[in-house]
Amino acid sequence: MKKEPIKVKETEPLQRTANFSEVVSGYTEGQTLKEAARCLQCKNPTCIAGCPVGVDIKKFIFQITQKDYDGAYFTVRETNDFPSICGRVCPAEYQCSKTCVLTKKGSPFASERAINIHFLERFVGDYGMKHNLEVSIQKNERLTKQKVAVVGSGPAGLCCAGELARRGIKIVIFESLHKPGGVLRYGIPPFRLPRDVLDFEINYLKNLGVEIMPNFIVGKLKSLDELFAEGFQAIFLGLGAGTPSFLGISGENFCNVYSANEFLTRVNLMGAYKFPEFHTPINVGKNILVIGGGNTAMDAARVALRLQKINGIRPNVTLFYRRTENEMPARRMEIEHAKEEGIKFQFLVKPEEFIGDNEGYVKRMRALRCKLGELDSSGRRRPLPIKGSDFEIDCDEAIIAIGLLANQVLVKATQNLKTDKYSDIVVNPETMETSIKRVYAGGDIVGGEGTVIEAMGMAKKASQAIVEYLSRK
Amino acid sequence: MKILNKEILAQTPDTRITRLKVHAPLIAKKALPGQFVVVMVSEAGERIPLTVVDKDKDKITLIVQEVGLSTKLLGKLNVGDSLYALVGPMGHPAEIKKYGKVILVGGGVGIAEIYPVAKALKGKDNYIATILGAKTKALLILQNELKAVSDELVITTDDGSYGRRGFTTDALQELLGKNEYDLVYAVGPIPMMKKVSFIAKEFNIKTIVSLNAIMVDASCMCGSCRVRVKDEVKFSCVDGPEFDGHLVNWDELEKRNNIYKDKEKRICKLYKL
Repeated sequence: MKKEPIKVKETEPLQRTANFSEVVSGYTEGQTLKEAARCLQCKNPTCIAGCPVGVDIKKFIFQITQKDYDGAYFTVRETNDFPSICGRVCPAEYQCSKTCVLTKKGSPFASERAINIHFLERFVGDYGMKHNLEVSIQKNERLTKQKVAVVGSGPAGLCCAGELARRGIKIVIFESLHKPGGVLRYGIPPFRLPRDVLDFEINYLKNLGVEIMPNFIVGKLKSLDELFAEGFQAIFLGLGAGTPSFLGISGENFCNVYSANEFLTRVNLMGAYKFPEFHTPINVGKNILVIGGGNTAMDAARVALRLQKINGIRPNVTLFYRRTENEMPARRMEIEHAKEEGIKFQFLVKPEEFIGDNEGYVKRMRALRCKLGELDSSGRRRPLPIKGSDFEIDCDEAIIAIGLLANQVLVKATQNLKTDKYSDIVVNPETMETSIKRVYAGGDIVGGEGTVIEAMGMAKKASQAIVEYLSRK
Repeated sequence: MKILNKEILAQTPDTRITRLKVHAPLIAKKALPGQFVVVMVSEAGERIPLTVVDKDKDKITLIVQEVGLSTKLLGKLNVGDSLYALVGPMGHPAEIKKYGKVILVGGGVGIAEIYPVAKALKGKDNYIATILGAKTKALLILQNELKAVSDELVITTDDGSYGRRGFTTDALQELLGKNEYDLVYAVGPIPMMKKVSFIAKEFNIKTIVSLNAIMVDASCMCGSCRVRVKDEVKFSCVDGPEFDGHLVNWDELEKRNNIYKDKEKRICKLYKL
C-alpha cells in the first residue's frame, strides 16, 4: 500500500488568528525523511518540468533520504536562491506537485497524493539558513568587472540579482520603498512568510556583495540612460504589477473601501497591525467584505480577520467571488486556511454598487447572483449575472482584491520602452530583453500577475541572457 | 537625509510651522516645482508626502506644519538628525510656461507649496498676483519670499490681526472682479481650494489645485489617494498632485481625507503630542 502524504503541523485556527505569527510550522526532520521516502525517484521525473526555475527535485529529495542536507541545500540553491521563501509561498499544487507522478490526472486539485515538494524545499532552505551554509561565488575575470542595475527588489529583482552576483558581477538593486522585498514585504503577510525569513534571504544577497539602494525611484530620480552613463552594463526591470485594479462600480470611493494592495501595504509594510506602536493607521470594520478569489483576496481576508480579533471585534469577514470555489485562482491551502479561520465564502456574486452614508462611509453592497456559462479565454467557466437577482448586504468596510496592473511610473518616464495592450513590458521571450537594448525585464511587469516562482523563472532567463551578453562583450 | 538647517517659521500655542533643509543631492538635482517627496521620521513612522519648496545644490527645503503625530515628530527633529526615509521626486511637475497674468492663492501651509510655482512662473515672465491667507498673523509664512516674486501681494488673516480681515477667497473675488487673469493656482485647505475653484469658474478662468490626498507609497501602488476628477478616478500621487480645480469632486476628497481623524487624535494623545 502506498504511504500517506505527511501532514504538516499548523497552529490551531483560534490561536493563530490572534496574531500574525506563521501558521504552517514546516516539517520536522523526521517528517521530512518520511515524506522524502515516499518519492518514487522516477527514472524520468516529471516534477522538474513543473518548476519554473527547474530545481533538480529528484536529486535533492534523494539527498534528503541520505540525510545529506548540506548537499540537498546546494542542489536547490543551484537553481533557486530563495528556497525558504519558495518553500512557503509557491503554489506547488499548480507547479511541481501538479506534475508529480503521484498526482491523479483529471481532477483539478488532485495533488493531495503528490509529494509535498515545497515542504521538503522549505526544510532544506531553513536548514541552510540555520547552519549558515554559504554558496561559493564563481569568479570569472571577465564578469567581475561588470556592473548591472536591478530595478525593483521583489521576487524577480532579487532572483536576478542573486543569479548574477553568484557569478561575481557587481549588482546594485534600486528599490523605491524604504525596505526591500517588493510584494514579499508589502503583499504577503508575515503569517505566511515571516519577516526574519525574508530578511535572511535578502541578507544572503548582501553577503554575495549585492548593494541595495532603498528609497530610490528609478525613472524619477535617475533615468535608465543615466544608469547606463554611470557604467551599468545592463539593467533588469522587475517593477512588478503593483497598481491595484478597481471594480469601476458606483460608490467605490466611499471611505473604508480599500484596494487589497493598500490594505495589505498598510498592515504588512507599514505595520498598521501594531498601531499605535507603529504610526500608520488602518480602519477595522465590524463587517468586512472582501471581493476576489486569488491569493491576494485570501491574504486580505485573513489579515482583516486578525485585525478584528486584535481590536476586540467579533470576527466577521465574508469573501465574495464571481465564480465557484473550483475556479478560484488562490492556493488550495490558503482557501482551507481561510475557511478554518472563519472566513465566510459567497460564490457566484458580482458586485454592482457600494452604498454609503452622508459622511461618505460605505454601508452596503448591492450585488447580482451569477451562474456559470461557457469557458472563457482563461479556460474557466464564465460567470453570467442573473437578471433580477439583486441583493444587498450590509458592510462597514470592503476590500477590493480583483487583480493588479503593471506599475507605470518607470515605463511612462522611459521613451522607447515598448508595452502591450495591458501596459506590460514587451520582451523577447528567449532573452527577456526589452525594446531597449541591454534593458531586460521579468516578473509581473512582463507576464501580468503571476507567482513568485514564475517571476523568478523569468528573472533567471534574463540573467542568463545578461551573462551571455557580458561574456561576449 | 540629514537635516542641515531648521527654522521655526511660525508658532501659536496649537501648532508650529517649521522649515527644514535636508541633505538630498540627487533629489535636489531632479525635483521640479510642484513635485513632492515622501518622508518617514522613523521605522515605525508613516510615509508622509511633503512638497519640495525649494532646492539648491545638495539640499531640498521642506516646510511642515505640525498637525498630526508624524508632522509633530518631524518638527521635533533637530539639525544633525537624519530622516529614516526620503524618496522622490514624486508626482508631475507643474506646467511652467507663460500664461500671462496668474493669481496664486496660498492658504496656511499651502503658502509653502505655491512658493516654488510662483517663483518658476515669475521666471517665465508671468504677471504674478499672490494672495496669502493665514488664521492669524503668527501663522503667516514666507511673506518676504513671495513678495519678492509677486507683482501684487494681498494678505488676509481670518482674525484681522494682519493684512485684511477675512479669507483668501474674498480677496480672490475682488481681484477677479477688477482685472482679467489667465490662470488661478491654489494650494491650501480643501474648503479653500474648493471655494477658489468655484469663484474662478464663475469668471471662467482655468484653475489648478495641488491636492493633499492621503497617501501611503505615493508610487501608484495603493490607491489611497484616489480622487474623482470629472468622471474619472485618478491617483493623486502619479496623475497629480495637480488637477483642474473645476473638475475635482471636492466633497468626496474632503470626506476621504477625514478617514483617520479619530485615530490621529488617539495616537497624539497617547504620545502626549
